[in-house]
Amino acid sequence: MANTAIGRPEPGVELLVTRRAFLGAGLGVGGALLVGFQVPAAGAAAEGKGVFAPNAFVRIDRQGTITLIMPQVEMGQGVYTAIAMILAEELDAAFEQVRLEPAPPSDKLYGNPTFGIQVTGNSNSIRSFWLPLRKAAAGAREILVQAAARVWRIDPSGIRTEESTAIHTASGRRIAYAALIEHAAGLTPPQNPVLKDPKNFKLIGKPLKRLDTPDKVIGKTVYGIDVMPPGVKFATLAACPVFGGKVAHVDDSKAKLLPGVRQVLAFDEFVAVVGDHMWAAKQGLGALDITWNEGPNSVVSSTDVWRQIRVASEQEGAVAKIVGDAAKGLTEGELHEAVYEMPFLAHATMEPMNCTAHVTPTSCEVWVGIQVLSRAQKVAAKVAGLPLEKVTVHNHLIGGGFGRRLETDFVEKAVLIAKQVDGPVKVVWTREEDIQHDIYRPVYLDRLSASVSNGRIAGWKHRITGSSVIARWLPPAFQRGIDIDAIDSAADVPYDIPNLRVEYVRDEPPAVPTGFWRGVGPNNNVFAIESFMDELARKANKDPVAFRRDLLDKTPRLKAALELAAEKAGWGSPLPPRTGRGVAVQVAFGSFIATVAQAEVDEHGEVRVQRMVSAVDTGIVVNPDTVIAQLQGGLTFGLTAALYGRIDIDKGRVRQSNFNDYRMLRINEMPQIEVHLIQSGEAPGGIGETGTTAAPPALGNALFAATGIRLRRLPIDRDVLSGRKPA
Amino acid sequence: MIELRINGELRSVEVPADMPLLWVLRDVLGLTGTKFGCGIAQCGACTVHLDGNAVRSCVLPVGSIGERPITTIEAVGASATGAAVQKAWLDVEVVQCGYCQSGQIMSASALLRTMPHPNDADIDAAMAGNICRCGTYVRIREAIKKAAQAG
Repeated sequence: MANTAIGRPEPGVELLVTRRAFLGAGLGVGGALLVGFQVPAAGAAAEGKGVFAPNAFVRIDRQGTITLIMPQVEMGQGVYTAIAMILAEELDAAFEQVRLEPAPPSDKLYGNPTFGIQVTGNSNSIRSFWLPLRKAAAGAREILVQAAARVWRIDPSGIRTEESTAIHTASGRRIAYAALIEHAAGLTPPQNPVLKDPKNFKLIGKPLKRLDTPDKVIGKTVYGIDVMPPGVKFATLAACPVFGGKVAHVDDSKAKLLPGVRQVLAFDEFVAVVGDHMWAAKQGLGALDITWNEGPNSVVSSTDVWRQIRVASEQEGAVAKIVGDAAKGLTEGELHEAVYEMPFLAHATMEPMNCTAHVTPTSCEVWVGIQVLSRAQKVAAKVAGLPLEKVTVHNHLIGGGFGRRLETDFVEKAVLIAKQVDGPVKVVWTREEDIQHDIYRPVYLDRLSASVSNGRIAGWKHRITGSSVIARWLPPAFQRGIDIDAIDSAADVPYDIPNLRVEYVRDEPPAVPTGFWRGVGPNNNVFAIESFMDELARKANKDPVAFRRDLLDKTPRLKAALELAAEKAGWGSPLPPRTGRGVAVQVAFGSFIATVAQAEVDEHGEVRVQRMVSAVDTGIVVNPDTVIAQLQGGLTFGLTAALYGRIDIDKGRVRQSNFNDYRMLRINEMPQIEVHLIQSGEAPGGIGETGTTAAPPALGNALFAATGIRLRRLPIDRDVLSGRKPA
Repeated sequence: MIELRINGELRSVEVPADMPLLWVLRDVLGLTGTKFGCGIAQCGACTVHLDGNAVRSCVLPVGSIGERPITTIEAVGASATGAAVQKAWLDVEVVQCGYCQSGQIMSASALLRTMPHPNDADIDAAMAGNICRCGTYVRIREAIKKAAQAG
């Protein structure tokens, strides 16, 4: 991949791209061929909030460099490589020579077809962009073929393409794409270009090497936290430890005496110190004597949060789904009820929150790694008091997103600080600030009831109670009291259940801000449903795999995954004492996944996860190695949450502060992980979050198999597993 | 004025003696390949080599280093072990977000320098101080073994 590079846009290119996109193809800066295209807002359109917007680009210059502009951000999930593969496939570009460039902020051009705004999340990059990108690239290819036909004065049908070259099949004549761009400039892209038959794919489906990793292993990748604009100063900050608290008074007399400390800045809700380097800023912050006005949240603790949500969950919720008559179904057979509870969680991306900004009276420049680029631009413009076009945002590769960087609070704070600083300032949060001022995965409470008759489920009722992230983050999508994310994977349970009712109760926790976290709604629902299914299987005296399999006739892809995972995991074969296997299945993010966990519990309740086996049907796979990597990583992320993840609130503050008390799974705790991909010709599913949702219920069910103890709260309680505490 | 031997070069910096090496590397010298993760030696993102050994630069005061040579991710590939580790990392496709990987590679190459053929327990002991939030541990183990074979 000698010539492969992830570059920065050339100055002036971004605006030109924007304007040209509306005109179709044309020659841009340096004679580059720009191809714009329309993307139907699939999904969103069906719900009546859709937008029709032009989207991503292919750019070919006279030197033959093919630049692929990335509408989605790379945060480790491998999306740059997958998108490049899709574009290069339909363009017949020489993959080893493509150059990738992050898209500039623009909902119009790069809006995610599912959301209508520029966002990377919900494991939907490939699902949303699969067809639009193929059409864009195929359209570009058709224009190049037409151009070659003109040059050779022949019919385009005699021309094929490969490796960035048009070839006249009959004569063997060849012409490079680079040589065609002048001729292609006046041509209009076809509305409905012919797409490749998947059986002719040359790149898609192959485990190609990632394009972003070579720079990462030599320390060359510039994450947001690494930018160094000339003259940059460094700042760090502290918000009131109590959520919602304000700054009352700051005594900076000691801080200002420290070497390297340049400025102490007090805002309504936080204090920042600017210095010559992060150390000076950090030392300065530590030397401040800050009086906070803690406000009403200073009395809130986790007990209050749980008391409130338990009460809220008693009331009837908004109805998300009804099948048959659940009330009647619940009277048929033996009734079983259970309540599951999920804690607040922090994201703890390895790259702490940061943003660099330079504000002048007439301009604002921002450097940041973020999942919502256009929102970053809008927030920066608002805070800087400048029109949007005066705000430049450079998007960087991201050192972990997991939903945390779907927010813009760190951009807002950085621009506030930058307004008071002469020159650029890099604002880096300490890890403590990052953990204690996150926007947390909400607490959830799930009430489930079901009746089992003759080994089948006769009635099912599921009431989900929790904060609505959607209502805050994408208000138009919050309709009729339903948070579409909170019910995801619950409203459409994969099992044959004749009578079903799914409800949602919105309950906003006191004090604590809530947001998306890897796995989003399905994280909660898959845990509750798959734990409950295990309980029902035991009630029905059936094997957990057999019980599920018998209810999956209407979801054959999941049934096949379940059978494969069970087989590969050696389901049913004997295990030593206090060791058990647990299974969990899910249809989430458009993928069908079954997972078997194997774990051992010692007499102290300590858990050793030994093995995780997942069988995955995610439709057409763009890059199989990336899918496997995402499962390996996602399962690990989910195990971390199940084994350790909890954020506790005490007097309005987060009790945890850093990796010493907000624990992460480490290499010495890792199980063996096996991922088995199932061949499929279906449309691609999402994959980035699936492992995270799969691991906790599979583990919980394995712990039950090992101990006979059912854990209905996360994280797992070792005191309960050891018998020191009742379940 | 403090003199540091970094990646084979002598660098002079005007910083407080108690300033951790991490911030000198990143903010003063612009060597941003070494990452800030926690500031309390809990995550390993800031790992560099001091005299060939893996150390957490976020808690290492520059004033305590003296003449001992420092190697960072930017230069670890100059050694055969470092280069083998980086190659194995790409061959196995370890990296996801990559933010922790500078530290992972520094820890792994320090391990292989003193222990060319580590077993699983050796890998656990040497690498347990490096957190990867993306969960690349399975491949880190595989890559270390691959690099060991290559060496």
